Amino acid sequence: MTGRPSLAAVAVSACLLAGCGGVQSALAPAGVEAAAIARLTWWLFGGAVLIWSGVMALAIFAARSRPGAAPSTADVPGRRRVTDAERRHETRHARRLIIGGGVVFPVLTLALLLLFTLRMTPPLLAADGALTVDVTGEQWWWRVRYRLPDGSEVDSANEVRLPAGRRTSFHVEAADVIHSFWIPVLGGKIDMIPGRTNVLTVEPTAPGVYRGVCAELCGASHALMAFDVVVMEADEFDAWLRAQAQPATAPAAEPAVTGQRLFRDNGCGACHRIRGTDAIGLVGPDLTHVGSRLTIGAGTLPADVPSLAAWIEEPAAFKPGVQMPSYHMLGEAELGALAAYLEALR
Amino acid sequence: MSANAAHDPDLARAQAERLIDVWRSPTGWRYWSDVNNTSVGLWYTAAAFLFMIFGGVLALIMRAQLAVPDNDLVSADLYNQALTLHGSVMMFLFAVPVFEAFSIMVLPQMLGARDLPFPRLSAYGFWCFVLGGVFVCGSIFFDAAPKAGWFMYPPLTTAFEEGIGPDIWLLGLSFIEVAAIAAAVELIVGVLKCRPPGMRINLIPLYSWYILVVAVMILFAFPPLIAGDVLMELERLLDWPFFDASRGGDPLLWQHLFWIFGHPEVYIIFLPAVALVAMIVPTFAQRPIVGYGWIVLAAVGTGFISFGLWVHHMYTTGLPGISLGFFSAASEAVVIPTGVQIFAFLATVLAARRLTFSVPMLFVAGALAIFVLGGLTGVMVALVPFDLQAHDTYFVVAHLHYVLIGGMLFPVAAGLYYFFPLAVGHQLSERLGKWAFWLMFVGFNVTFLPMHLTGLKGMPRRVFTYPADLGLDLLNLISSIGAYALAAGIALLLWEVVRPKKGRPYAERNPWHAGTLEWLAEMPAKPWGVRSIPFIESRYPLWEQQNFVRDVDQGRFYLPDAEEGERETLVTTAIDAEPIQCLRVATPTFNALLAALFTGGVFIFATFHWWWLALASGVAALAVILVWLWTGTAVIPEKPAKDVGLGVTLPLYLSGRASVGWWAMFITMMADMTAFVSLVFGYLFYWTVNARFPPAGAALLEPALIAAAAFALGGAWLATLAARSWNRASRSVAAYAALGAGAVLATAGTALSLRLIGAEDFDPTAHVHPATVAVLVWWIAVHAAVGVLMLVYCAARLKAGRMTPRYDIDLSNTALYWHFVAIEAAVTFALLALFAAGG
Repeated sequence: MTGRPSLAAVAVSACLLAGCGGVQSALAPAGVEAAAIARLTWWLFGGAVLIWSGVMALAIFAARSRPGAAPSTADVPGRRRVTDAERRHETRHARRLIIGGGVVFPVLTLALLLLFTLRMTPPLLAADGALTVDVTGEQWWWRVRYRLPDGSEVDSANEVRLPAGRRTSFHVEAADVIHSFWIPVLGGKIDMIPGRTNVLTVEPTAPGVYRGVCAELCGASHALMAFDVVVMEADEFDAWLRAQAQPATAPAAEPAVTGQRLFRDNGCGACHRIRGTDAIGLVGPDLTHVGSRLTIGAGTLPADVPSLAAWIEEPAAFKPGVQMPSYHMLGEAELGALAAYLEALR
Repeated sequence: MSANAAHDPDLARAQAERLIDVWRSPTGWRYWSDVNNTSVGLWYTAAAFLFMIFGGVLALIMRAQLAVPDNDLVSADLYNQALTLHGSVMMFLFAVPVFEAFSIMVLPQMLGARDLPFPRLSAYGFWCFVLGGVFVCGSIFFDAAPKAGWFMYPPLTTAFEEGIGPDIWLLGLSFIEVAAIAAAVELIVGVLKCRPPGMRINLIPLYSWYILVVAVMILFAFPPLIAGDVLMELERLLDWPFFDASRGGDPLLWQHLFWIFGHPEVYIIFLPAVALVAMIVPTFAQRPIVGYGWIVLAAVGTGFISFGLWVHHMYTTGLPGISLGFFSAASEAVVIPTGVQIFAFLATVLAARRLTFSVPMLFVAGALAIFVLGGLTGVMVALVPFDLQAHDTYFVVAHLHYVLIGGMLFPVAAGLYYFFPLAVGHQLSERLGKWAFWLMFVGFNVTFLPMHLTGLKGMPRRVFTYPADLGLDLLNLISSIGAYALAAGIALLLWEVVRPKKGRPYAERNPWHAGTLEWLAEMPAKPWGVRSIPFIESRYPLWEQQNFVRDVDQGRFYLPDAEEGERETLVTTAIDAEPIQCLRVATPTFNALLAALFTGGVFIFATFHWWWLALASGVAALAVILVWLWTGTAVIPEKPAKDVGLGVTLPLYLSGRASVGWWAMFITMMADMTAFVSLVFGYLFYWTVNARFPPAGAALLEPALIAAAAFALGGAWLATLAARSWNRASRSVAAYAALGAGAVLATAGTALSLRLIGAEDFDPTAHVHPATVAVLVWWIAVHAAVGVLMLVYCAARLKAGRMTPRYDIDLSNTALYWHFVAIEAAVTFALLALFAAGG
């Protein structure tokens, strides 16, 4: 965190009062950019309260009752004209108020705000991260690919892990409709638009588990298109990424061994890839290390055996309109075996 | 003559009876054939409020669903239909139409006119509006409503949404947009040409100024959306890939076109509400407005700036930094005119000797408190870094409702209370009004104030549910409770409006002691509008012109009589309001209703792909419109001029630039030209986003054919001009010949244009280039075909003796139409030739 600690302290205490903690809150930043924007937010909020109060005070003052006021036009219809002297006097006063309040004050304030905020934007949209992560939005999940400086690539889905203290550039695209990639604790959002590649760069600072969401209406299950964001210490992250680059390890025990056979026999590999096996489908999420993720179904269910089984049986029960077909012809034991296999893919 | 009436009670009574006879609405089922602004305006306003109730119920369903996390009250699919319709209905069926409706009702009163210049056009617009609105709203009861949001972003709407929902949106609302443009034409001509004598441009009531600005904005804001609608419907129907990135298209073009409409739209909604405030504040302050000139300047300025802000809805689409900076600055700049208006009202109140806090003023005060906060959050979201976080979250939901409810609904409630006596003759209850106000004010803030925080805490917009553990539960519950309180307030307000008022006495005349012209109305109002059309020397004639009401009532001013049994009003010059014509306006007819039904048929049948019915309906619409034009427009009067009172004799028929018909045609064609420019913008936009445009191997257009089509249409244009001159010179044979030549050349031009894109290897589905070329060429071809129809119509009018060398509005307007077609054709063919040569 950069900036004056006193202001940050004020912001934090105000934040606690407002109850704005949370894994998905722009007011509880965990990165450089989000912290800067949160600080800007509190300044803007304070300014807005001041200006609003000022205008309201002026309005109340203007509308105050004036005991003993002269009779108004209504009392003498068709008679009262505002005299020229009165009009000149009023014009002078009115002009002062209108120019002062309507022109001078906003021009000064807004110029200041613009100068300040225009400087903040370019780093967010630059493509200068030490690490590059490609994220593709699809109805309704996220395809993730880490691109390392040495040219190697690691595929994943529905979860983003990032090293603390390193700038990471997200290169985002869309496979079908427009989505928007947003991690509130790290920075702003960026749209994923078919035919375009957009870039957003952030620097996470505080290790922890957070949440990102889709911010553009993208169909029936737009509300169920989220992902976990795990910020790790840099060396921890490097180790994790090395592990993710490895192919899946074959299951050693039942019921996972049966689960692997069921995975093959039911044609799951036509849509899903598990590196190191003959499952090479690219339609749905890569499942090579699905057991190591925190959630499944793009942030919809925890990645444990019961949830995996329930999801495979009837995905549409959790995510309306999902493309994955239901497998309720499988028995409970078979679903359990499949889930155990996937859960073991760590 | 009119001076006599003041001394002769019998004459005055006879005049009044004749006026009432002429202006009375038909009774029984024929009531619905009425076209007078008071009837149509009232229906229009009532219909807009009914749609508001519908949109409000949808909002309550959404708030019920979001009251608790992981709720399953409604399905994701139904929720998305509700959110899409809520936005679309509130924008297209309430916020914009209610002001047009209301203006149709009161604008003539404010201008001391008896009606607007084209009553049947208003009626046609109203029936289109009702039909289209019911069609769009009804779809949700068949689970067929659009569900991709009111902004309809492709490719979700072009390739990934099943059913006819998007078609209902595109066709149903395009139909309504046409009605909105019709009303805008009516209102512009009304303000410019139907003012009372003496009401120079610096004496126009502020409301009328605002209406003028807003109507002009509609004229330039709606056509880009209509152009976008056309492109999207063509992609859905014929697979022309305008928004398909894999074939050279770009989903962002839609966003540009939509927001070029969508941001001015916000001010189209906001400015009329300010206009209401500008009428109400002086009345309750009992003094003229302070800073009239500043306010007019600010309104015009807002109108201009509002067209340069659209990109602030697109900060997150990955645009270059320079665009972001420019549009951020422009978005902030709009604060200035808005601030000027607010401070001018405050200055008026400051200068007042006393301020009466009746219900209308209470709503104005509430509007100020709400709107200022909405404006301040607007400053926040206009800043790029803040917006990157706040965009598409509940923070924006809060912001836009503060702006629209503070900037529109509260002023409308104020206006409802204030102007209600004009419509019905009764005043509304102060006590109930105060209850309604406080319920609405508190309910509103309880609903929307927490949403600022909800959004910053990470809740995106347009989600049908949210997880329980994110700290959003309590905030959402509070919002849902507030929403029902707000709804209760609105319900109370509307109940007071509609409940029978049999026992209540009529209000006194001018119950608020206002100074502007509309308060001449008697309670209940007489159908004639004003007893005689006054001469205006002041912005507040009721306050400042001596014996004003008496002179009007005694028929001492213009047109105190209807000797010929015709509905008449005055036409004046645009700047100085010097009377130039006594205009005869339309009497009740079912033609407008029938034309709207058949026009609606075209759009509605097309939605279901029932092409033969759509075609039949289109032919029927054309037939009704031709009957309407033939029997009701450009009617040659029985005498060239008449005495309108005060020793002034005015012509009954004007042609060319002095006539209201010419102005209407000119204004309509400006809207047409704007839609055309939007298509050209699309063509050039694709040129910038594609590395090669036209793409390699694209079918080339034949330069000779381009030239031939251009020459044919240019010839048709010249022939039309020749026909106009020769007709005026009474050379009827030459005029017929020129009309015939024009029709033949225009037909040839149409055929040649279509030939241009008829080649076998020309496939609009292959790439966006041929698709865009095809749209432009079809645009020209359709315009030329309509031009043929108009030329033939003129020849028939000439033959039937309904058009003469002296009375030639038909031909004069046809020539004006052809000017625009010539320009559009020249631009299109030049563009095609340029790219044919360069490609």
